[in-house]
Amino acid sequence: MELDPLVLSRLQFAFVVSFHAIFPVFTIGLASYIALLHGLFFKTKNPAWDRLSLFWTKVFAVVFGMGVVSGIVMSFQFGTNWSNFSQASSNFLGPMLSYEVVTAFFLEAAFLGVLLFGRGKVPQGVHLFAAIMVAVGTFISSFWILSANSWLHTPAGVELVDFRFHVTSWSEAIFNPSFPYRFMHMAVASFLTGGFVVAGVSAWFLLRDRDPDANRRALSMCLWLLLFLAPTQAVIGDFHGINTLEHQPTKVAAMEGHWETSGNVPLLLFAIPDQEAQTNHFELAIPNLASIILTHSIDGEVPGISEAAPEEQPPVLIVFWGFRVMVGIGLLMIAVALTGLVLRRKGRIYDKRLFLKGLTAMIPMPFVAVLAGWIVTESGRSPWLVYGMMTHAEGLTPSLTGPMALFTLIGYALVYGVVFYAGIYYLTRVVRNGMLPEEERDTTDENFKRPMRPMSAAHTPFDDDVDPVRS
Amino acid sequence: MEMFDLTLVWAFIIGFGIMMYVLMDGFDLGLGILYPFAPDEDARDVMMNSVAPIWDGNETWLVLGGAGLLGAFPLVYSVFLPALYIGVFLMLAGLIFRGVAFEFRFKSRRNRRWWNRAFCWGSAVAAFAQGAVVGAYIQGFPVENFAYVGGAFDWLTPFSVLTGLGLMAGYALLGATWLILKSEGHVQDWAYKITPLLLALVLFVFAVISLWTPFVNPRVWERWFGNIQLIWVFPFAALACAFVVFRSVQKRREGVPFLATIGIYVFTYLGLIVSKWPVIVPPDYTLWDAASSPESQLFLLVGMVFVIPIILTYTAWTYWVFRGKVRVGEGYH
Repeated sequence: MELDPLVLSRLQFAFVVSFHAIFPVFTIGLASYIALLHGLFFKTKNPAWDRLSLFWTKVFAVVFGMGVVSGIVMSFQFGTNWSNFSQASSNFLGPMLSYEVVTAFFLEAAFLGVLLFGRGKVPQGVHLFAAIMVAVGTFISSFWILSANSWLHTPAGVELVDFRFHVTSWSEAIFNPSFPYRFMHMAVASFLTGGFVVAGVSAWFLLRDRDPDANRRALSMCLWLLLFLAPTQAVIGDFHGINTLEHQPTKVAAMEGHWETSGNVPLLLFAIPDQEAQTNHFELAIPNLASIILTHSIDGEVPGISEAAPEEQPPVLIVFWGFRVMVGIGLLMIAVALTGLVLRRKGRIYDKRLFLKGLTAMIPMPFVAVLAGWIVTESGRSPWLVYGMMTHAEGLTPSLTGPMALFTLIGYALVYGVVFYAGIYYLTRVVRNGMLPEEERDTTDENFKRPMRPMSAAHTPFDDDVDPVRS
Repeated sequence: MEMFDLTLVWAFIIGFGIMMYVLMDGFDLGLGILYPFAPDEDARDVMMNSVAPIWDGNETWLVLGGAGLLGAFPLVYSVFLPALYIGVFLMLAGLIFRGVAFEFRFKSRRNRRWWNRAFCWGSAVAAFAQGAVVGAYIQGFPVENFAYVGGAFDWLTPFSVLTGLGLMAGYALLGATWLILKSEGHVQDWAYKITPLLLALVLFVFAVISLWTPFVNPRVWERWFGNIQLIWVFPFAALACAFVVFRSVQKRREGVPFLATIGIYVFTYLGLIVSKWPVIVPPDYTLWDAASSPESQLFLLVGMVFVIPIILTYTAWTYWVFRGKVRVGEGYH
């Protein structure tokens, strides 16, 4: 089989970014939650908030550490596999990525240490301030990244001269047409992710009767938040979809599995898109609903995939089903949040075991939804790297060969596999160890003396056998 | 815009950033390279503890350099990275493994031996890859139409292998003198013992590289033996620093060996820059050929003017907080 450096590079980029993305999408929401817990403790002096913030800061430490480690690779990916693209777009993307690095560094350097290691050592107000700054910092960081990413979808404020983008307006380029929608969608996704993880872990603790006072508070708070956020996300998603219809109609057509431009477009619940035949098999549909959703009118005309030439069409099957996974989980989230409301009426959210187990099972769902949504939007851009201006093939490193790309793809998969395994193993230990009374926790004194590193803040041994090197 | 040459300002910033990275990550990578030779497990604890609070701050200069290059000198970014494709991967994989090892070694009992290996091999591979980059830079890159056109292993020549090994030895020397500064007792004795050996090794490798360089790159030959005689200041200054290292180790000074080793690096680095100036993508492209548009350089400069002093202040402060000796059996409180 011929090894195609283009396919392998896209696979590699997708792998590395997906792996990296699951960490920030969680830490952004969690950072705000921790800041909120600090604020509540500061105001009410109720120690339950303090216990919660201590536990979630430990989780934050591990996840943030993993995000940092996997993030180092990202700043080199553009150059190694997409050198033509990085050369062409450097005038805009260079400053964007640099600002992301320096603002993220600024946050990490100045406030993360205080948040992770300052408990009981700095005044409570300072600790609260550090928590807020870390939360703000994560948003500033995602601001730059999402601006850069949105620009790839809806490039603005630039002109392409001799295969090089020149910035004509920084404000138009940074606040490009799809940026506000994408930023909102991702911000709310981060809060949903944080919310569902916190709710799921709190439910897990409640099932085991660990610190019920604190975890009831946490669960109740989360369920209110999710009740508000899950439907809000659907509305933002709708606006984002209309924006995409305006700027990237082919992507929306692929999401809908809609081949020929027409009105009265049905919403497909199930179908198997067949790119070669340019049609769908086994359609199951609700009449006119897609027209209503996309154009807000019952017979609104929606452009079809075939508006684009076959070689300029995205991979319809992936986009179509990725979209359904994301929306399906979104609907499931709304259902869970509403169930919480119904149970709350009867005062039973804390002891309905089936509901608590369901919440625990929901923990991975937001991550799946985020990755599915990311696949939809990125695959939907194909074959464009910069929409309408530069294709993936044009952006590829000219000297890159298939075997080279395959070597690094396998290499990154192995490296990240080890890191991920160790990280998840450690994270589950931190959670299993969490919210126990002081005397039952397996901490070793040694760990409290460890210096300032994100994961060190978690104070949990990695494995508990005897030391073979010393004994 | 005509007031000053933005490209020169950026050349200074990036040059300074690389220097900072080499010096600072140099000594903590060096400790990883020395890891297997350490007298015992207590010494390894001390070695790792002496850099644990600062190493990721050190490594930030690398990320900053990567992003800064894309912003200010995109041609460097888009030629070096494809040309050094495999090497860059090895370096990143090495840095990831050793980064994770910092965390998990102390929390692990059963697998401590494996995290020791991850720390050592990760550091060694990353250092070698960085040294090979220097070698490849001296050799130059085949570039057509602003894109690299060579093969995957063009960078891997006997010369770049030597520069890779040379940088490993150099980092190990930095690590050993850092350890003299930060340790005491039997760990410090060991560091004193190995420093002259490493120094001899470094001088030998550097001498071979210096003799070899003019033959690898004719332009360097011309510069060295042409009319710029001032260039000879740098190797002599570096040699003087090496002598100071040797003497101060004999007298068992604690801080001087590390500072003098830094001196060796600074002068070697300046010598390399002067030998190549103003070529940044050898053999053909100068700083100005490689620069991004002035608007982008200016836009990014505004941020850097604020952030770099903050980074430097913070870095100095962490070094101050974690000053003093690291003792066996205790970390920082």
